[in-house]
Amino acid sequence: MSAWRRLQVKLRTAPGFFASIQLTRRHARQYGPLTLCRSLSTGSPLQNKYFKDLKAQLAGFRKKASDALPGSSWTPLLVSPNLPPARVDIVIIGGGVVGWSIAYWLKQKEMIREGARILVVEKDPMYSQSSTVLSAGGIRQQFSLPENIHLSLASVNFMRKINDYLGVMNEDPVDLQFNQSGYLFLASEQGAQIMEENYITQRNAGAHVSLLSPTQLKQKFPWINTDGVVLASYGLENEGWFDPWTLLNAFKRKAISMGVIPCHGEVTDLKCTTKMLRSDSDEIMAVKRINYVKVQMLNSLEYQPVECSIVVNAAGAFSGKLTKMLGIGSGPKDSIAGIPLPVEPRKRYVYVVNCPDGPGLDTPFLIDYSGVYFRREGLGGNYIAGVSPEEAEEPDTNNLEVDHQFFEEKVWPVLAHRVPAFEKLKVTSAWAGFYDYNTFDQNGIIGVHPLINNMYLATGFSGHGLQHSPAVGRAVAELILDGNFKTLDLSSFSFGRILSQEPMLERNIV
Amino acid sequence: MSAPLTSLHRCCQRSALLLLVARRQWCSSSASPPPPPLPRHRRLLLFLTQRYYDIEMLVNWKSQLKRKWLEWKNIGPRSSWRSEVTSQYYVLRLRGGFRYAGQSEWFRADHRGRFRQDFLKHKGTPLEEVDMSHTDINFTGLRNLASQQSLRTLKLRGCPYVDDWFLSRLHVFEDCLEELDISHCPQITTGGLAALRNLKGLKRLDVSSLPRIEIAGLVVILLEEMLPQCQITATGYNLDLSQAGGEKEVEELSQRQR
Repeated sequence: MSAWRRLQVKLRTAPGFFASIQLTRRHARQYGPLTLCRSLSTGSPLQNKYFKDLKAQLAGFRKKASDALPGSSWTPLLVSPNLPPARVDIVIIGGGVVGWSIAYWLKQKEMIREGARILVVEKDPMYSQSSTVLSAGGIRQQFSLPENIHLSLASVNFMRKINDYLGVMNEDPVDLQFNQSGYLFLASEQGAQIMEENYITQRNAGAHVSLLSPTQLKQKFPWINTDGVVLASYGLENEGWFDPWTLLNAFKRKAISMGVIPCHGEVTDLKCTTKMLRSDSDEIMAVKRINYVKVQMLNSLEYQPVECSIVVNAAGAFSGKLTKMLGIGSGPKDSIAGIPLPVEPRKRYVYVVNCPDGPGLDTPFLIDYSGVYFRREGLGGNYIAGVSPEEAEEPDTNNLEVDHQFFEEKVWPVLAHRVPAFEKLKVTSAWAGFYDYNTFDQNGIIGVHPLINNMYLATGFSGHGLQHSPAVGRAVAELILDGNFKTLDLSSFSFGRILSQEPMLERNIV
Repeated sequence: MSAPLTSLHRCCQRSALLLLVARRQWCSSSASPPPPPLPRHRRLLLFLTQRYYDIEMLVNWKSQLKRKWLEWKNIGPRSSWRSEVTSQYYVLRLRGGFRYAGQSEWFRADHRGRFRQDFLKHKGTPLEEVDMSHTDINFTGLRNLASQQSLRTLKLRGCPYVDDWFLSRLHVFEDCLEELDISHCPQITTGGLAALRNLKGLKRLDVSSLPRIEIAGLVVILLEEMLPQCQITATGYNLDLSQAGGEKEVEELSQRQR
């Protein structure tokens, strides 16, 4: 609009303009139309400058007009393009691999195009603190709980056909860089019996695992020192590691292409209505329903309240903080409201070491009975290694700094004992990442929270969130759209087990 | 003044929305070098796909059908009277060939996919050699061969659907397989070759001309280290060290090998 007004002002303040036109008309009558150009170009320097100015104004106006024409994204109102829409159906808090997987499966399962408007809110667009991309990226079937084994098998099947699921037309196919190297678990005398029992469970669930005696182990992996090892189990198929970033991006790309709305912001508040209900045991409970999610834009004061009907809490390590905003965990000690979501961030270090004499291409993802693990990274003699610290020595979770002393004290001695070639290793780099650690039983929590009747939890996977993400996403989508689990029954992972204090512990698993 | 303005605004919004919908294929495209231009009919198809949902749907259906057809072919014979010769039927239907143990005669389908039924005479005999070169065998199809526990040679030269997952499944032949040919398979990467460590008895391995292996020299050395008793053939690679990416590593490792 202002361009018009400026133009009018310009026209009014230019008395020479009309005079010059009359002049040229007269010229044209006298000398014919061919001289028109010359008469214009020989105007006074002042007029010349004026025309240049006008030309620029006109060009600017033309640009603005073409911007305002149908087909462009220009609007006269100042709207920040990154703001989420004011009303959606489902808000997924947490744009890690679990969050995007849920978004993808929700879109995959909807019956009609644009049947549900789904928003994924991620507070860290660079994924610098995301557990997804800072993990070691392994996938295994060697769990002790059948649910976890089935989750892994379903995820592996997904990854095998990943291009059927996540391929986007006219884009490059997804290359997960999957290393089919298997997991090798070592057991000491105490753990041998548990390992045997786990092996039977894994076999019954359909995983291809083999048990090895120390002699067989030495034969198969000659570089290993079998001191203290009584039994080993080795995954023959469907185990290995892959690139987490590729999986995350594949989910994201596909979900966005199907119409999921991505948003970079932080959920700072959840507006809800409260209803008082009386339970069977005459306890009065405050059941909440979230109506608005306040999304604060990054590095700005702008925020947008997003009206929604369902909220999915897939915030990983920070999901405990999110439920705390709703007063979960702050109620009286013996009531349901007094039990917090037992998920908190735990810092884990991953060290990259270089050892040219190391085991080479046939390195599996080895997990020692002490908890130390290592795997190959690339082909240049690099390995990554780490261990979970003991409960009493949990590092501070305010930052992601690496404690190199920890490697020298806890990791290296075990590594060098297990693989003598690692005596001569060199730490080349290291990083730290967060586990979404479930302090209750180190397993995922999937399902509705009993006191917030439209918040679905998909969190607390304690280090196996990445490998289970495809199957968990499908399960949560089924729970939301169908009302219950269809393909895999994960009802034992519900929040109810925390209320009834029945932990589902993995045995002998790090 | 305000009425045309709001209508203009609405118009803009709608068109912006339309544009967003039409362009949503490109929304998440990452920065990558521009691909070579597509042939004209593919470009037209792309144009139509991006503008019309119906065409997009048809294209999706087509690729789905193709996938289903491949799966169906690979699931193999299911009727019970063929259960003893599942592997043989499967191999011949995919236009491969096989040889029974202790015989020298090869059974193959002809170029039109027809085959003689006289292989049924040797029903109980196990297979010793299977040649699936240039066929559509994939991960699902390998299940049909898994019962052949005395298979010694498997040729998979130039199979477009043999990938890393296929190689990881080969552990079903861990005790018997002696010769494996996976040359010219376009989908195999280094991550899959690591799974060959389960084949303890492997004596000959052909990994020539795998297009997705980047530092071939290093990979071959590592493979030799992993399978010490196996003779590895790797031709068709540019092993010129001055051009290869990780030349230093290759040199270092080859010195160590000596």
